[in-house]
Amino acid sequence: MTIEIFIGVLKIFSFIVPVLVSVALLVYLERKVLGAVQLRKGPNVVGPFGILQSFADVIKLITKENLLPSSSNKFLFIFAPMLTLILSLIAWAVIPVSSTYVIANINIGILYLFAVSSFGVYGVIIAGWASNSKYPFLGALRSAAQMISYEVSIGFVIITVLICVGSLNLIDIVESQKNLWFAIPLLPMFVVFIISALAETNRLPFDLPEDEATLVAGFFTEYSSISFGLFFLAEYANMILMSSLTVILFLGGWYPPLDIFPLNVIPGIFWFVLKVFLILFVFLWVRATFPRYRYDQLMRLGWKIFLPLTLVWVVITSSFLFYFGLLPS
Amino acid sequence: MSFITKYIKSFTLFELMKGLALTLRYFFKPKVTINYPNQKGPLSPRFRGEHALRRYPNGEERCIACKLCEAVCPAQAITIEAEPKPDGSRRTTRYDIDMTKCIYCGLCQEACPVDAIVEGPNFEYATETREELLYDKEKLLRNGDIWEKQISENIQRDSKFR
Repeated sequence: MTIEIFIGVLKIFSFIVPVLVSVALLVYLERKVLGAVQLRKGPNVVGPFGILQSFADVIKLITKENLLPSSSNKFLFIFAPMLTLILSLIAWAVIPVSSTYVIANINIGILYLFAVSSFGVYGVIIAGWASNSKYPFLGALRSAAQMISYEVSIGFVIITVLICVGSLNLIDIVESQKNLWFAIPLLPMFVVFIISALAETNRLPFDLPEDEATLVAGFFTEYSSISFGLFFLAEYANMILMSSLTVILFLGGWYPPLDIFPLNVIPGIFWFVLKVFLILFVFLWVRATFPRYRYDQLMRLGWKIFLPLTLVWVVITSSFLFYFGLLPS
Repeated sequence: MSFITKYIKSFTLFELMKGLALTLRYFFKPKVTINYPNQKGPLSPRFRGEHALRRYPNGEERCIACKLCEAVCPAQAITIEAEPKPDGSRRTTRYDIDMTKCIYCGLCQEACPVDAIVEGPNFEYATETREELLYDKEKLLRNGDIWEKQISENIQRDSKFR
């Protein structure tokens, strides 16, 4: 019994530690990519090629004073960043990085992920409300509205994939893509999913909850020190989560792009990580390219374009599968 | 017809892809960053940096205390006091530049008839206290000794354009 618990804890750490290290890498990568697009070099002083920059930043954040606004609700104010980070980490419980390696191989994996990512907005709302200040409050409201709007289209995209697979288990979803990744037959859904993932993780061009031009820093305006750091960590952990979800749903998880000799001997986890970083690069690339959406444009895109588009596509896909008798049993 | 192309364009994200292609091209371009303390950008021979008082090759001060620089200085940063030396030549007893007032216009070096006060190529003279920026004659002459080689080279290179 104790041995089992010990192995379980080790397994959890074998997920959380790489995730947190990749968050540090991702922050570094983001600054490098943004720099490169703007013809700069980005951080290159701390460690070789500046790769230790994020660790230096974390040390700086931890040693700063943690300010508590006098008018804030103290308990919720401290609780909100913890909740956000916890929610972005527990989602990893069902992410399979290879056909055998996953913490919890449950048969409703995708529903669990969907539930946890919807919970994510609670951290933001609590932070905005507990700060008792106008900009965080507006940021929290925007975040809530935005997440709800885009979760609708994400839901339909996921339904399209589920119709093709016939299972809610993430491992089954990946294994049904052994011969053809869903990104190819469901290309429009793939694009809609990536764009909605940007909105879901509050990334540019949809980062209105933390829009510095109008809201100072959005829902974490009042946060300082490591409680700010936790929000930051959670945002990037969420980005990695959404990219791995994209990889699982559309890019064939741990399968190599072609099932031929030199590619299929490389372990699946390598392909998984490579694909996740490819999607993350797209996130950063998009951030470097596009200006921020106005709020009404964001809502128009979500409700008037993505919702009808995904709905129509669900109907098209299911009719196609039904007509040709391809529906999974 | 334009209606159809408009819809095709917006549904294939044509303009967005164009933007992404542009930033991707820039991603691979050579970078313009200079690693400042290790690498430095090129300076024009006319660069107006920290001031220096020059000497003749035999070690005599060039400055003849004509006070043209003091008169022309728009920020009134220069203060000069002078009296004749035992050999009868006019020399300064005091030559102060308040570097906190100086606007680096270069009028002092333009006014100088003997190329004594010049603005050298040095721009890395930040100090921790304000007092250190009130330069006296000794400091300016020392600057002249340190930077003489580059200053004379710069004057040489710039002379054909004057």
